[in-house]
Amino acid sequence: MSPTTTPVRDQGPPGPALTPDGSTGSGVNGRPDRRPPAAAPPRARLRALLVRHRAGRRVLPLAVVAVVLVPVAVLLPGAAAWPASLAVDLSGPLGRAGDWIIDNRDHHPLFLYFFGHVSNAVVVSVRAVYVVLLAAGWAGVTALAGLVALRLAGVRLALTCVAAFAACGLLGMWVPTMQTLALMVVAVAASVVLGALLGLAAGMSDRADRALRPVLDTMQVLPAFAYLLPMVLVFGIGVPAAVLATVVYAAPPMARLTALGLREADAGVLEAAASLGATGRQRLLTARIPLARRQLMLGVNQAVMMALSMAVIASVIGAGGLGDRVYQALASVDVGAALAAGIPIVLLAVVLDRTADAAGDRLGAAPLPPSQRRLLGRVFAGGYGWLLTVLAAVAVAAGGRMADSSLWPGSWTLPIAEPVNRAVAWMTDHLYTGVPVVGGTADWAARFTGWVLDPLRSGLQATPWWLLLALVGALGLLAGTWRTALTAVLALAAIGVLGVWVPSLDTLSQVLAAVAVTLVLGFAVAVGAARSARAQRLLRPVLDVCQTMPQFVYLIPVVALFGVGRAPAAAAAVVYALPVVVRITTEGLRAVDPAALESTRSLGATGTQQLRHVQLPLARPALLLAVNQAVVLVLAVVIIGGLVGGGALGYDVVLGLAQGDLATGLVAGAAIVCLGLVLDRVTQPAKEA
Amino acid sequence: MRIFPHRSRGPVRGRRAVAALAAASSLVALTACGAADMTRQSSPYAAARGAKTVTLSVQSWVGAQANTAVAAYLLEHELGYRVDTVQVDEVPAWDALSQGRVDAILEDWGHPEQEKRYVEGKKTITRGGDLGVTGHIGWFVPTYFAQEHPDVTDWKNLGKYADRLRTAESRGKGQLMDGSPSYVTNDKALVKNLGLDFEVVFAGSEAAQITQIRQFAKEHKPFLTYWYEPQWLFERVPMTEVKLPEHREGCDADPEKVNCAYPRTPLQKYLNTRFAENGGKAASFLKKFHWTVEDQNEVALMIAEDKLPPEQAARKWVERHEPVWKQWTR
Repeated sequence: MSPTTTPVRDQGPPGPALTPDGSTGSGVNGRPDRRPPAAAPPRARLRALLVRHRAGRRVLPLAVVAVVLVPVAVLLPGAAAWPASLAVDLSGPLGRAGDWIIDNRDHHPLFLYFFGHVSNAVVVSVRAVYVVLLAAGWAGVTALAGLVALRLAGVRLALTCVAAFAACGLLGMWVPTMQTLALMVVAVAASVVLGALLGLAAGMSDRADRALRPVLDTMQVLPAFAYLLPMVLVFGIGVPAAVLATVVYAAPPMARLTALGLREADAGVLEAAASLGATGRQRLLTARIPLARRQLMLGVNQAVMMALSMAVIASVIGAGGLGDRVYQALASVDVGAALAAGIPIVLLAVVLDRTADAAGDRLGAAPLPPSQRRLLGRVFAGGYGWLLTVLAAVAVAAGGRMADSSLWPGSWTLPIAEPVNRAVAWMTDHLYTGVPVVGGTADWAARFTGWVLDPLRSGLQATPWWLLLALVGALGLLAGTWRTALTAVLALAAIGVLGVWVPSLDTLSQVLAAVAVTLVLGFAVAVGAARSARAQRLLRPVLDVCQTMPQFVYLIPVVALFGVGRAPAAAAAVVYALPVVVRITTEGLRAVDPAALESTRSLGATGTQQLRHVQLPLARPALLLAVNQAVVLVLAVVIIGGLVGGGALGYDVVLGLAQGDLATGLVAGAAIVCLGLVLDRVTQPAKEA
Repeated sequence: MRIFPHRSRGPVRGRRAVAALAAASSLVALTACGAADMTRQSSPYAAARGAKTVTLSVQSWVGAQANTAVAAYLLEHELGYRVDTVQVDEVPAWDALSQGRVDAILEDWGHPEQEKRYVEGKKTITRGGDLGVTGHIGWFVPTYFAQEHPDVTDWKNLGKYADRLRTAESRGKGQLMDGSPSYVTNDKALVKNLGLDFEVVFAGSEAAQITQIRQFAKEHKPFLTYWYEPQWLFERVPMTEVKLPEHREGCDADPEKVNCAYPRTPLQKYLNTRFAENGGKAASFLKKFHWTVEDQNEVALMIAEDKLPPEQAARKWVERHEPVWKQWTR
């Protein structure tokens, strides 16, 4: 997958794109020449874009081809879907593989001497962390979290951190939070180690980099639901399978960022180290790795965010903890209870992310001289500061134990389920239908389905397969090079070969429609936010929540508002993809050269004129990136759509897991990966020359 | 140059890494001596050693939650066990039961393929007897609609109402709403073989299906849905079954050619074989666990409608029905 798909599952509150150090930019896979255009100076970019588009050299021949092909397509009806003779049925071999695992896993040496030990090691580690967390008690854990945040990120974040943990307790979720935390600690540690090793290989050797890239791409784009089943078959329901699924999901960004960090190390510094006679290993340890610290830190941050976003999905295979509470609340259609378990996940994500962010920023900055630091900063500075942190936390923990309250006191909880349920019921009652003038949400949903989704789906499904291949090829060629076009065409053909042509086009139509809505809303919000710093500040927590709230929590309200079908699936996707689009677009609009704005203002341009003629054209690369991200993110939640009646590929993946049907789940998952490839290649922001 | 300070720290870090590596590899060496049997593994969240723990599987529907809640409550408060519950779909739950990750499934709706594989083949799962509740799957319309149009309750007349049951998702035909992908369903084949002008729309999850049904009921709209008894929702949205061609033995043997109603299934309990043999009081309690539809619905309603936590709902039921459960704990 292309560099821009890196943040497919990026749940991190900071805008995943446009971070200059490349958490998501094209540089991630180590090809600096593929940096996103956003990194270039805006004026040069503008000129480049204008030149390319005015020329239209590529458009003309394509238009000619289209004029020839479209009538042919109309004249040859009836052969729209991919021919069955060109498809391969994988259900036989995959079914047999599943049976073999079930029949052999209790006594085959591979399971007894390898998987068994992996599984036991996971159980032992999670247990160890869990026991420590419980022993520390709520006082100890909260104090330690607060002190670490203080040490890394300052007083404000320390207070936020303490408040977040207190909120987990207040919501009556202390024990599940600790279970999730224990699982996360182990999963993140494993992801970081695995990712760092892979990244080291990819950073040091070009061949390893080339070999690893497709593997990492697949790991990231394959929907987690698709590989939950193989994990369950091998490891059984429970924590080991959940941890390993989380590692598969969270390790790739760490690997990519490690490789990027190692590759981007300043050549001058390396040269100097070499001239001082450092060996290869010394250079790695003393120059390259320290220079890559920022990227490593960012990698850890990303791994944490992705692992947290798996907390709920992994509960489907028995991970326990907060995710399980959300999942069980969903079963009894209890939005309030689901929210009570979802909020701690959001809080953990926000706190961890902000702390890691601040710590990353401090890494770059030179330490303040002691005289300028505040008292607290001075006390906890230096190596002994860490010791002090731990000692203070232990003291608090011991105090808590002596007061005999290691579990959060039951009377200190705040039941939010009831009021939330009432609020949701009120909202759905009043918005569902019959709202004067605008109509109810159910009416919108029906219109959206009838006027947008249906025509799009029937249009795609009625188009002959070869014409679609040609179309995708042409779009790929317009967006990039013949190489992009070829990848896109091959990926689409692979969908046909897998034998899921028709449902894939159904999914494609839903994705396209949801992306369109996301972009319209996202651009509108972003234009507003870019004009006022206050609006942006107010928006940030909302966007954070949208991005990190587990989708299972808002499934029920979405269905209650839009009914069962493809419309609620689109709504859920929009909620998930909107924050990133808003962030990228806002950044892009704000980054527009103030001099250009100033000069147009002096020429008497109105606000709207400025927006249309200066800001939007200059922010074009950012807008293109936003389109690409919207596509990739919407595709990432196709599975969630399957849970509310979206049908097609998303439903097939869920069905595969629910029925233990390896073939259905994996094939649909692979088709989603292929769709991702097609859409990513076709929408990738055009590269300079 | 920032290299120098780091260089002085380099060897220290190296040594630390070597030490960590040594520790890790010795750990691996220690554990790698013997075979690791994954079927004898316990959950990392289980209570400390000494406590007797039973793990029960909860399926996603509330009836199953009710069984588990009451069983868990009695195991904990009457027999002194600690109970873990795991929520998993039905087929993966069989898998987990076979591996010993869960000790018992309390409500199974019939999985002949898994039964053959695990109960008769590998013998890792043992039958635990009837739950006492009979399950039935069928097609249902809301009672308010059935009262206005009494003939809708025969499948032969469904065609007349296809128009009124149309939705945005049903491709111009009538909508038959199906639920979670984990449930047993023949609806696609049924619609085809009975020649009905209906489209099966999959809600994708039971939560979505229930939400949609209640939304329809609020609007007093007609709908046709796959549903099952016993289910607490009947108490809130009364529904009437549509008669399908009568179920005959073997009429649903070929999934493609099904043209008859769903059978009535006495719901079954299944235990992990090792647990059934060595599980002591807990195993014998679970084998005796046997109650009625009314009992189950009472608990299910408290969970789903009054939003009581399952444990409290179970306690209320246990307080009210001592003679029933005394039989199981003896």
